[in-house]
Amino acid sequence: MDLSDLYRDVIVDHNRSPRNRGRLPSATHHAAGDNPLCGDRLQLDVELSGDEIRDLRFECSGCAISTASASLLSEAVKGKSREEAAEIFGAVHRMLTGEPADVAALGKLAALAGVREFPARVKCASLAWHTLNAALAGGRDPVTTE
Amino acid sequence: MAAAREAAVALDVARLRAGFPVLERRINGRPLAYLDNAASSQQPAAVIDAVAGYARAHHANVHRGVHTLSQEATALYEGAREKVRGFVNAASAAEVVFVRGTTEAINLVAQSYGRARVAAGDEIVVTRLEHHSNIVPWQLLAAQAGATLRVVPIDRRGAVDFEAYLALLGPRTRIAAFAHVSNALGTVLPAADFVAAARERGIATVVDGAQAVPHMGVDVQALGCDFYAFSAHKMYGPTGIGVLYAREAVLAEMPPWQGGGDMILTVSFEGSTWNTLPHRFEAGTPNVAGAVGIGAAIDYLGSIGIERIAAHEAGLLEYATARLAGVDGLELVGTAPAKSSLVSFTVAGVHPHDLGTVLDSRGIAVRTGHHCAMPVMEFFGIPATTRASFGLYNTREEIDALVDALGEAIGMLR
Repeated sequence: MDLSDLYRDVIVDHNRSPRNRGRLPSATHHAAGDNPLCGDRLQLDVELSGDEIRDLRFECSGCAISTASASLLSEAVKGKSREEAAEIFGAVHRMLTGEPADVAALGKLAALAGVREFPARVKCASLAWHTLNAALAGGRDPVTTE
Repeated sequence: MAAAREAAVALDVARLRAGFPVLERRINGRPLAYLDNAASSQQPAAVIDAVAGYARAHHANVHRGVHTLSQEATALYEGAREKVRGFVNAASAAEVVFVRGTTEAINLVAQSYGRARVAAGDEIVVTRLEHHSNIVPWQLLAAQAGATLRVVPIDRRGAVDFEAYLALLGPRTRIAAFAHVSNALGTVLPAADFVAAARERGIATVVDGAQAVPHMGVDVQALGCDFYAFSAHKMYGPTGIGVLYAREAVLAEMPPWQGGGDMILTVSFEGSTWNTLPHRFEAGTPNVAGAVGIGAAIDYLGSIGIERIAAHEAGLLEYATARLAGVDGLELVGTAPAKSSLVSFTVAGVHPHDLGTVLDSRGIAVRTGHHCAMPVMEFFGIPATTRASFGLYNTREEIDALVDALGEAIGMLR
């Protein structure tokens, strides 16, 4: 077990200084993520303009992995279309669950690749992504990855 | 006198550790430092061998056979029951019901005693400290009966105010249920006082002793409680078996819990009759191997002396509390004057999850999360704590390793 594989510099940085933190008054879509058993919680505000994710913000309280994942997500999907965001989600999901994935093509998100060696933490990393899906789908119930 | 002399002879921890096979393991290249005893304790070879020995040479179904193996198995099972009786000083073996664990014991009380005694408008008193197993069964009962839960508050130290408890014991209170020792915070309740106050008012008492029996001598007659529940796997025994102690006068009036074989005397479609105590509450083939295991665990603890274990663990608690005070940004959660041997804490800027993962990479097993005590976490406004809980085989060196690893985690993540 190599901890530096899990807590890569990018992860530690995004946990210490999460990007796009806060609420978004102009949000058109919203979802909450909650893993009650481990205590990771997330609120995601998304402003969709047509098909484009114009802006997004998140509030979260949780572990370094869930926070960093949300922060990396926010950078990765801002300015992307729904379809592009869905593709990125698919690639991240495959990477986290150990399926073959084009990790290099994921840019900074590749920092999450180490999580698959720590199965107990996969749900931490995937919470933000499932929450984004729910926000885009207009779902009402909080999302959980437990 | 003898107890004081016993306590004065310090535990030979190195020798004791040699009796626990799992402590040989290396985790992620480091020696295992098992600091999660409140979640479950490890078993000594003496217990493992007793359970295996049963399966190797003495197993058969109990209570119904005339053949030799059946009689041996029955003797071992009932022999274990008598050991449990002695362990908690119950007046009679008829007061010792074997169950799966503390959770099942409390559910049994709620559904058998509670359903018959608690009616609409009645009240059940619990404390905010409780493990979910001593909350949810009462919530289920309250919903069934139309009763209400009243919750005794805790203070910022994690102590339960006795006056606040008294104030909640009212004319409609039927049951007072509380933990002898809090699993999340380590708070030790003055259980005898709590029981006495309830008894005076004709209120039944249910004590969750899961976190007490591994660490202190428990005398249910001296306590005076109606019910006392505990689990084998928290006291160096196997999983899958626990005990409900119930005062005979109370148990005798309770309707059956589960129906089936062994809890009956006769069965016919015109009506069935129930077995004597405690068998009336043990339907089906019991966990005989588990009973052998808890019996062996009791023998093991008796061979060491619970007072000596308590003294050793008090030393560990003191040492851990002092060392953790030196960790920058660490705050203890649970600082009641009377505490059992565990420390629950938060570390500023580092989530318990991340702490737990770093500690695991260093071979240190602690528990992070809400510890099945969400109301406690809610009171302190935190999602989780990191908890290190000590047992008879833990050492100061392991506490040093914990503190070092905490430093590493903080350096890596804060």
